[in-house]
Amino acid sequence: MTRVLEIELNGERRADPIEDNLLLLDYLRETVGLTGTKTGCDGGECGACTVLVDGVPRLSCLTLACSLVHRRVETVEGAGADGMLSAVQRGFHEKLGAQCGYCTPGFVVAATALLRWNADPTDDEIRAALGSNICRCTGYVKIIEAVRHAAALQSKGVRARVARPGSC
Amino acid sequence: MDVLPNFSVTHAASIDDIVRARAAAPDSRLIAGGTDLMVNIRRGIVAPSVLIDVSQVAELRTIRADADAIELGAAVTLAEVAAHPGVQQHFASVAEAAGSIAGPTHRNMGTVGGNLCLDTRCIFYNQSEWWRGAINHCLKTTGAICHVAPKSRGVCFATFSGDLAPALLVHGAEVEVGGPAGRRIFPLERLYIGHARQDRPFSETLGDGKSYLGLRPREFVIAVRAGRTPGLISGYDKIRIRRSIEYPVAGVAVALRRDGPAFADLRIAFTGTNPRPVLLAGTETLRGRSFDEESRDRLEALVRDQVMSMKTTFTPGHYRRRVASVLARRSVARLFERGESD
Repeated sequence: MTRVLEIELNGERRADPIEDNLLLLDYLRETVGLTGTKTGCDGGECGACTVLVDGVPRLSCLTLACSLVHRRVETVEGAGADGMLSAVQRGFHEKLGAQCGYCTPGFVVAATALLRWNADPTDDEIRAALGSNICRCTGYVKIIEAVRHAAALQSKGVRARVARPGSC
Repeated sequence: MDVLPNFSVTHAASIDDIVRARAAAPDSRLIAGGTDLMVNIRRGIVAPSVLIDVSQVAELRTIRADADAIELGAAVTLAEVAAHPGVQQHFASVAEAAGSIAGPTHRNMGTVGGNLCLDTRCIFYNQSEWWRGAINHCLKTTGAICHVAPKSRGVCFATFSGDLAPALLVHGAEVEVGGPAGRRIFPLERLYIGHARQDRPFSETLGDGKSYLGLRPREFVIAVRAGRTPGLISGYDKIRIRRSIEYPVAGVAVALRRDGPAFADLRIAFTGTNPRPVLLAGTETLRGRSFDEESRDRLEALVRDQVMSMKTTFTPGHYRRRVASVLARRSVARLFERGESD
């Protein structure tokens, strides 16, 4: 069945015709063209596809788009604003929280949700909040450091402009 | 993962909506979080023509817990259960179980009803279509034999892994279900019929890893409730290959009451071991005893007799049984000690 999905995506209202069996992940990547959200395990085991629905992390690979009418969805593309990185993005950038980078959008989204409700999390709280995300490169030490750094940056209200890829 | 099959989605607003939608499409399935069902659809294990989204049905979103009782609607999320102060304070095993399921993102999605009815799992079942096809499928899908026990004579040994069931069983919970013939309420223990007996014919109360729920056609879980026994303290613990996302190798819920140096009441329930959550029988023989060496031996014997050791996961079966035994002993010791100071 085809229906129109009215949704708020990264602060922008949209209306797109979709099929009932369309996953949120495919809606974001194929219909809208936001490819920051990654397809990893495709079965709810890795967290690379994590997005926020009404501010709460969800796995977009297991979520049906048609069940999100009038809901507020945020992806990694919504993290920064006006060409500036968010505190979490800057934390990952400065503390080398990414290696191959494939899992990073999921981590950034999950960490963004964490820092919204807990501005100064302990290491255990960071680990618990990122428990649904898997990284096969870093061993997580750098990721925990990145989130801790992000919390410090956020408390200072710091944002940063970072050079575009290819300009260095 | 496979491409999703064609299905349509109905958004239910009431219990009656669900009953009607199920009557209109007998092969329909209920969906809320989707963390169990969507994976199975993507693996080509099930292909319902209609999904009924029940996540916004107000009656299924009830959550209440205080010093007297607990009530959890089927569409309450696991994160909501784990964070509820009343559940944490008065039904600790339930809060601890809910807070230890999968990972935090999964708990934002998964629900009470989904976890209570969680599909049974097996290394020969939770695989892609081509993987299953390469060994002619298994008894739980379309195959002729159980690869875990090839001489099982038609009995499936897939394992029940839901964490909420044991945590609620030790509180003597009841479940309310709805269906075409109206509603009924019965002990939660009777929801689980996966006894996997080779010596008795299957019936409405006796099934296996494939037929594991005591629900009649088109019935569904509405809520689960339990009263609180004064003085009863409870807890939940489990062992996993890694401490997040993974299903349990074994999980144990314990509830007990102490009378001085001895047990006044002891209830233990397991998950991740048998095709049903197991409420351990025979724990009343420990009443009046302290948790001494002989009590530990008796407890171990009960676990050995009632917990299965089929190799439905990556670990050997006997390892799972030993883990269950150690977990039970550890959890009982922890609560027994705490019971003294309470």
